[in-house]
Amino acid sequence: MVLDLGHIPVEDVEWGPKTLLDGSILQLNREDLVASAWGNDPRIASIETEIAKPGESVRIIPIKDVIEPRVKVEGKGGMFPGLISSVETVGEGRTHALSGCSVMTVGQIVGFQEGMIDMSGPGAPYSSFSKLLNIALVIKVKERISRHEHEVALRMAGLRAAVFLGETGRHAQPVEIQRFEMYPTTQVSRADRHLPRVAYLYMLLSQGLLHDTYLYGRDLKNLLPTLIMPTEVMDGAIVSGNCVSACDKNTTYHHQNNPIINELFKRDRQDLHFVGTVVTNANVTLMDKERSSNYAVKLIEMLGVDGVILSKEGFGNPDADTMMLCAKLEEKGIATTVITDEFAGVDGRSQSLADTTPRANALVSVGNANERIALPSMAKVIGDETIIDKMAGGQPGSLSEQGITAELQVIVGATNELGFELLSSRET
Amino acid sequence: METKIRVVHYLNQFFGQIGGEDKAGIEPLGKVGAIGPGLLFQQILGREIEIVGTVICGDNYFSEHLEQATDTVLSLIRGYEPQLVLAGPAFNAGRYGVACGAVCEAVSSHLNILAVTGMFAENPAVELYKKSVYIIETQATTLGMKDAAETMAQLAVKLTRGESLGSPAEEGYLARGIRKNYFAAHTGATRAVEMLLRKLKGEPYITEYPMPVFDRVEPLPPLERLSEATIALITSGGIVPKGNPDHIESSSASRYGKYDISGTMALSAQSYETAHGGYDPTYANADPHRVLPLDVVRDLEREGVIGRLYPLYYATVGNGTAVASALEFAREIAKDLVRDGVQAVIISST
Repeated sequence: MVLDLGHIPVEDVEWGPKTLLDGSILQLNREDLVASAWGNDPRIASIETEIAKPGESVRIIPIKDVIEPRVKVEGKGGMFPGLISSVETVGEGRTHALSGCSVMTVGQIVGFQEGMIDMSGPGAPYSSFSKLLNIALVIKVKERISRHEHEVALRMAGLRAAVFLGETGRHAQPVEIQRFEMYPTTQVSRADRHLPRVAYLYMLLSQGLLHDTYLYGRDLKNLLPTLIMPTEVMDGAIVSGNCVSACDKNTTYHHQNNPIINELFKRDRQDLHFVGTVVTNANVTLMDKERSSNYAVKLIEMLGVDGVILSKEGFGNPDADTMMLCAKLEEKGIATTVITDEFAGVDGRSQSLADTTPRANALVSVGNANERIALPSMAKVIGDETIIDKMAGGQPGSLSEQGITAELQVIVGATNELGFELLSSRET
Repeated sequence: METKIRVVHYLNQFFGQIGGEDKAGIEPLGKVGAIGPGLLFQQILGREIEIVGTVICGDNYFSEHLEQATDTVLSLIRGYEPQLVLAGPAFNAGRYGVACGAVCEAVSSHLNILAVTGMFAENPAVELYKKSVYIIETQATTLGMKDAAETMAQLAVKLTRGESLGSPAEEGYLARGIRKNYFAAHTGATRAVEMLLRKLKGEPYITEYPMPVFDRVEPLPPLERLSEATIALITSGGIVPKGNPDHIESSSASRYGKYDISGTMALSAQSYETAHGGYDPTYANADPHRVLPLDVVRDLEREGVIGRLYPLYYATVGNGTAVASALEFAREIAKDLVRDGVQAVIISST
């Protein structure tokens, strides 16, 4: 089982008569892009398109999802199975990725939620998306569309646009090809038997509108934990429907480029055996939490592993799922490392998590999301910055003539719990 | 050449060269320039700082008149218009340690001036002040004076210049329990895999967030006569009168609201809504009773199951709200409820 992931670096994006990849320049025809995003969705009222480049004085707000344009070149299935392409199993063959750019869906859905990025200034170092060439789709839906329908319309429009742009890379020559090779968990060569067996436990949020995640198009609220080939996520098997308190929600881009999967592959058969990936959810009821954590730990145990990396999504309520999983794994004698962010208060003096277990003795902190940041005004705003007052992490008065003062929570991916960024927090 | 940083140094009667235990009752006084250990600071950092004044107070006077002494010391310090205050080091001296801690805390909170002190880790004042004050770790006795002065001076200059600090261990101060963000050399994912491999090999590793000790509350015994009890409603689910009059934040709430429901029999979607940004608000907005069960409690009141419903309910948003803020809200709310004879509370979360 092999996936070759070819990276095609995009160094600039510009409007032009046709949509095509000219070397490393992605040329976009505006009408075609809009038509591709729109599909034939009758719920959509308008789509405006903008390009935002690193270093520009541009703010994008509110952002719903970020997606990397990719195309399936060889092998079964296509991008975003179950949502855009069929439910054929993906993750094998060859995939091309347009590296360095993204499709970003923009538009207010729920009111309190969604996030922002700045393309320059003090906010830019906190999000990898500030370093991308972002193709923003500002989408409005018709009146009387329910919020749930609104979310679906934006999610699907973003995926369609990403697939449309991904197609431009089908025949391009990748600058770098990463080969990801998987083998049945029982097949370990004699020489490698001394290496520790490590699994990845991929906990995903599944709590309702804008707290949902999709696996092969299936809402994870109804999931019993399951095994997945880590390369499946590179072909879009996991899609975000999720953007509350944007700092620690996984966008689809984060899933496509999951840094834990990359890191485990990098060290596979060098320092460890990457024996499997288990997807689990984080629902709201205690019964669901217990069922999912029991089931996930059982699957991990069946893989016969020594250690687990547990990634988290969200904060507060999912702290309970995380601690439950960690405690149960450690009780089985499986060494566990957890990636989490912190909500230690604006002054950093509060306890950081809503639930704890003494067994969680190896935590990686990806930052205190309550810490405040001052973001000076930008020359251009894509979207609408006045909603910052209601955004999770903002407050009345967050927006002034000088710009925005808010908690780090508002920045998309700033404290991503797949460990995407460099940010951390420590005691001082 | 840059102008030197203006420093005021706080000392007790002994280090301030007034006298020993017999002079421990003296009231605060100010002297121009550096005295005693101040001369050492001046020697170490003469190019960077200038000790413009020394404020001295007797240890007994300070500990017996804590508030008054702090006020007087503050006004003496303010008179020298410093940019930085150094206190001690106090080593293992308990009363002197408390004075140094109190002065540094007051200087930073009231005058907004940076302050650094030094103490032995087991000085009882450390527990009192380490959360609010930079305390350099010193030896127990004055044998450690030179090291302490150097470390204090280095940290103080870094702070004044606004330079980023290393970890408490690197900078030599006692951890204050304050979480501060920084950019690490590697991503969280890389650090996690590295940490797991170390853990698996039995090699030393440092968790980036040691588990706090959780505050567990023992439940009280059940009410004996529910039918005579006054019950109050509290929610962290953000149900507020429409328009959110107290502007409770959708996440990381800094406040709570209390709202009169004495004449209200039920909550309607027209007059109440949720301010909470951490869950799908559709269903709570359609029927706020889903989060704040006023309708059912009114039924119980009418049926005589409970004595009476307290005329106010309290609401905040639990989403990303610091535990420390929640504790503060709870203290204030509990004070109201105890004062008014409320015997039980129903707290609905989300």
